[in-house]
Amino acid sequence: MTAYEKVLMARRKERPGIKEYIELLFDDFIELKGDQLGKEDGSILGGIAYFHSIPVTVIGHRKGKTTEENIACNFGMSSPEGYRKALRLMKQAEKFNRPIITFVDTPGAYPGVEAESNGQSIAIATAIAKMSALKTPIISIITGEGSSGGALAIAVADRVWMMENSIYTILSPEGFASILWKDAKMASRAAQMMKITAHDLKDMGLIDEILPEGKRAMTVLEERLDQELTLLMKIKPRTLVQKRYEKYRYIEGDYRPYKE
Amino acid sequence: MISEVLDKRKQRMERLKKIRSRTKVHCQISCPECKTEIHKAELRRIGEICPGCGYYYPMTPVERIRFLEDEKTFREMWKDLVSFDPLSFEGYGEKLKQLQEKTKHKDAVVCGIMKMEEIPVAVAVMDSRFMMGSMGTVVGEKICLLTEYAKRKKYPLLIFSASGGARMQEGLFSLMQMAKTAAAIEQFQKAGGFYLSVLTHPTTGGVSASFAALGDIVLAEPGALIGFAGPRVIEQTIGETLPEGFQRAEFLEEHGMVDKVVKREEMKSIITTLLKIHRKE
Ligand SMILES: [Zn+2]
Repeated sequence: MTAYEKVLMARRKERPGIKEYIELLFDDFIELKGDQLGKEDGSILGGIAYFHSIPVTVIGHRKGKTTEENIACNFGMSSPEGYRKALRLMKQAEKFNRPIITFVDTPGAYPGVEAESNGQSIAIATAIAKMSALKTPIISIITGEGSSGGALAIAVADRVWMMENSIYTILSPEGFASILWKDAKMASRAAQMMKITAHDLKDMGLIDEILPEGKRAMTVLEERLDQELTLLMKIKPRTLVQKRYEKYRYIEGDYRPYKE
Repeated sequence: MISEVLDKRKQRMERLKKIRSRTKVHCQISCPECKTEIHKAELRRIGEICPGCGYYYPMTPVERIRFLEDEKTFREMWKDLVSFDPLSFEGYGEKLKQLQEKTKHKDAVVCGIMKMEEIPVAVAVMDSRFMMGSMGTVVGEKICLLTEYAKRKKYPLLIFSASGGARMQEGLFSLMQMAKTAAAIEQFQKAGGFYLSVLTHPTTGGVSASFAALGDIVLAEPGALIGFAGPRVIEQTIGETLPEGFQRAEFLEEHGMVDKVVKREEMKSIITTLLKIHRKE
């Protein structure tokens, strides 16, 4: 499969969305809405639930399946209010020592007039900064399209996993091609050069694990979540934050030729 | 005979004229807005502002620092960090080399320490001439090194941003720089550090949505374009032309997204005052 075929695959409507993941992996999910600053953004779904017997906070992008749903959640493109809601729920999780599990699937933050006026940059920057220091375990799973700062805003985590046919990228291959070559039709070539598939990113050390899709997907994911949550919950909060800091600070890994 | 002498004189005058006009081109610049001509040295002295209409000439990092520092107190750090071209991206290596020769810098940010009225400051200035000031691994790393240094030394941190966003040629490594720099700033601020962020033209994309937005105080230069999405992308998405002044510094101030728009003429004195107010002793 070429990189661009993966992109198309990652965008398929038939892929499981946040609702399916919640239904199949968690019990007693209760949705919590709103940024408490004036708005509810449907493009991010959040709430609390049990994972096995552990209370957790679940947050994820929501694209919707039908046209009506797509419009209601803006095709998974969030506004500042969405990121602020996500951060509010994450801080709540920290207070009650609940691990956080996020599901990432977005074409990017919404490029709109209102989003800009309401501080898109500040909302994303704050979410990223605060997530980096939250004293509770965080696991992020890229399930479809993980695109731009809009993805990262809920994906600064102790473990970052990718479903095998998902992508994680700085911007869409179409956007990339139109900036670099002034031609969105070169997206296929861009996708190849950008190294955005799960395997490329795992090879470069930018993600931790690739999860299989298909029949076994949910079973494997459930098992891995159980194992890693058990492990992460044993780590002292201070150590956890320190390790998360180092994970991003030295994200270049072996590529990093810098010395102080 | 006489005509010969006159001819020679004429030729000499022509030559002189040519030389003079060449020197003039070299030392005088004319404002792109109002065409006012000004000598380069004079322009530098008054902070790269057109005396005719107030237009802000783009400032290189060195010019910016010279304008702010106590004389000869700036010491550059980590100046030799060079991108390792993580994706081995076609044409990127050559592009870097060209720009390095042209700008005499290795990448899009200059970092170091300087003093302002005796107060030591950890300072970074981004360079929009270098691939639009985009943030890749070098910018990310240098911002982190500087922030960690400021934290250790208990120095205030001052960053002038100017960036088109993340550096596409370094792919997801560039996106990760947002997390890396934001995390460093978070630790610096949690330790009580004072971070003053100044947004200059333009500050967009991955830089505006990471360290640039996180200042304890955020100032902006008049007229600077500041936003997450670029205006062209927004226009394409919503299918409308954007209103005049949208995403400019004044617009952000009006919407409560920056603390203060500060004229370049007043920048130095406001920064100094803020540094004094936050001095720890
Ligand atoms: Zn002028």
